[in-house]
Amino acid sequence: MEPLFPILILAIPLFMFLFLGLLGKYMSHKWAGILGTAGMGVTLILAYCTAFTYFFSGSPEFIDGTQRLQYVAFNVDWLQLYDQLVIRIGFLLDPISAMMLVVITTISFMVHLYSNGYMRDHHGVWEKGFQRFYAFLSLFSFSMLGLVVATNIFQMYIFWELVGASSYLLIGFYYTKPSAVSASKKAFIVTRFADLGFLIGILILSYYTGTFNFTDLTSVGVEGMTDVFKVDLSTAESIKDLKFTASAAPMFMGASVLTWALVLIFMGGMGKSAMMPLHIWLPDAMEGPTPVSALIHAATMVVAGVFLVARLFPLYLMEPTSLTIVTVVGAITAFYAAMVACVQVDIKRVLAFSTISQIAFMMVSLGVASPDFHEGLGYMASMFHLFTHAMFKALLFLGAGALIHAIGSNDYTDMHGLRKYMPVTHITFLIGCLAIAGIIPFSGFFSKDEILSSCLGNSTITYLWMSMVAGLTAFYMFRLYYLIFWWKEHKVHEGHHAPHDQPWTMTLPLVILAAVSCVAGFIPFGDFVTWNGEAYDFMAHFDWNVATVSLCIAVLGIGLATIMYRKENPWPQRMRQLLPGLWRWCYHRFYFDELYMFITHKIIFGCVSRPIAWFDRHIIDGTMDGMAYVTNKAAYAIRGLQSGKVQLYVWVYLIGALLLGVITAVCLI
Amino acid sequence: MEITMIYYLIPALIMFCCGLYGFITRRNMIAMLISLELMLNAVDINFVVFNRYLYPGNMEGMFFTLFAIAIAAAETALAIAIIINVFRKIKNVDVEDLTKLKD
Repeated sequence: MEPLFPILILAIPLFMFLFLGLLGKYMSHKWAGILGTAGMGVTLILAYCTAFTYFFSGSPEFIDGTQRLQYVAFNVDWLQLYDQLVIRIGFLLDPISAMMLVVITTISFMVHLYSNGYMRDHHGVWEKGFQRFYAFLSLFSFSMLGLVVATNIFQMYIFWELVGASSYLLIGFYYTKPSAVSASKKAFIVTRFADLGFLIGILILSYYTGTFNFTDLTSVGVEGMTDVFKVDLSTAESIKDLKFTASAAPMFMGASVLTWALVLIFMGGMGKSAMMPLHIWLPDAMEGPTPVSALIHAATMVVAGVFLVARLFPLYLMEPTSLTIVTVVGAITAFYAAMVACVQVDIKRVLAFSTISQIAFMMVSLGVASPDFHEGLGYMASMFHLFTHAMFKALLFLGAGALIHAIGSNDYTDMHGLRKYMPVTHITFLIGCLAIAGIIPFSGFFSKDEILSSCLGNSTITYLWMSMVAGLTAFYMFRLYYLIFWWKEHKVHEGHHAPHDQPWTMTLPLVILAAVSCVAGFIPFGDFVTWNGEAYDFMAHFDWNVATVSLCIAVLGIGLATIMYRKENPWPQRMRQLLPGLWRWCYHRFYFDELYMFITHKIIFGCVSRPIAWFDRHIIDGTMDGMAYVTNKAAYAIRGLQSGKVQLYVWVYLIGALLLGVITAVCLI
Repeated sequence: MEITMIYYLIPALIMFCCGLYGFITRRNMIAMLISLELMLNAVDINFVVFNRYLYPGNMEGMFFTLFAIAIAAAETALAIAIIINVFRKIKNVDVEDLTKLKD
């Protein structure tokens, strides 16, 4: 394949960023929007062509018999530190990166299109900084595309930080709003803190393996691994034997360095993917414009952590401990976020916690994936869920954006009974809810069902736990749905004009994404994305029992939500009084923010920062100040000597010379 | 009577002391400049004398003297220019009154 398309896929968004960023203020809002959207549209077409070529051309570069190969479109030296250590920038095509190309460009294009309508008010007045907004969206698209096609872990790290930076810029888009500013800072600091672990993990991994390349790191072939672990593997036959060699690597605090490296790398993923306890930034990130939440904080950037684990999956497979950690973190987060989502008032917050919960589903799915069970079903399920979730969650967020745009508030209490006014938004939002709840023909059902199947393959407890979370998902999504579109009607609307559906730029993405959410479940995903590239027919492994159970649970959740929230009734209040403690804890997100505030302000600031600051001010600065003080005083003391009178200087010189002469004479005699 | 080195050195010393005295005591800048020239010439005489009597075959002292005369001329021109400018500014050439740079 020619490297032209891959280069253009990265170059166009970067160019659009520079173009709109530098020249945007000289062009009209309308043209900036059209140009940004058109640029993304071209990228979308190129990415589709690339993915299509990769999956369907059958060329021997991409597929060897039934096994899909990793294909490097280009790989240029970017930073040559010395002969052995070269950092490259390249373009790696393999099943997951091709799939991510499709997901990112699709969602990004939809969001570009949607923002044309969203970023102006009802009278058609454009938001301040509209061009800047498009420039940042392009920057984000560039960074995210660079992240998923990274050929080496260092390139991934670079783009990883770039998506973090563009996320920071976009959350803080309304920089005059203090809450947006603090949310952007929070997001940046929390993810940066997690990236510290990621960086250390990268350094450990590359130190012990001597390579940054994903292809070398993850090649399951014996010859690749020999290099990687510097252990003689002439006897190793399969991945089972490799487990042994991995544990033969040096140990540190009771775990092998590989485990440490993988856990630290996973910490980076936890930060980006908002896993507990590093999830606190994501709900606050909803301060950004809603299209940004749809693109970055629902569909693409937050799944970077899942993508990272998937990318290094063969390594994780060698260390069962690290996979267990992934599973446990994912399972706890999924439950926690689902609980919190049940009581939030702000619709974007509900969706944010739902995102956390769904990403945790993907993490769990990766954690329980094993080649021994259904040939790595979990890996495929995770990627499948990533795909479907990106579509329906972007749909839900864009729908929420349409509602917020129409009402001017984030609270469902201002919305109630909107179904008559906004029929398109209503139907598409309902489809999104059905998809996330896992009702049969919609995409979420298939991906979630596979995740639950692979959980069952791991252990019954995981399966039951995740099924319960799936039920909660259905419950909180339909609670949200009923509270927005049903319940009693508000009378506030009468003064203003009634809320109505939005312009076509906003409804078209909703309709397209809803259509995708309806049919995406029927994509034979196993043919495209599997952990080892072998095509795999998941219908053959389809477990009807699991499917029936999960469907029943989803219906149960929806039914409960219908009883409690379809009409105004005392049940929610009664439930709240029944479990006041639980309600309060959920409402306050289990006091995680307060816990962080306590740790940072009281413990870190109080016990560490303040003493250090005192030492700095008084001891270090004091020494310097003291030196300056002494110099100053001495200068004042001898200031009078510099009289500026030439003749006095001559006298002094003369006397000095004579004295020296006398001394010399005395010494000589 | 043979003329030895000392016959030259004594007048040169007297010249130098006169120059020094003048440089220290006079307040007029032009007088100070003249005193300065006097000291320079005393030193020039010394150079020539030492060269003539101690190293008769060599010419270094002579050359030094020639250089010193040339540079003294240039320096005098410069100093006169400065003094004229100072005079234009403050209508005075008294060195005690030149305190502008100090303030």
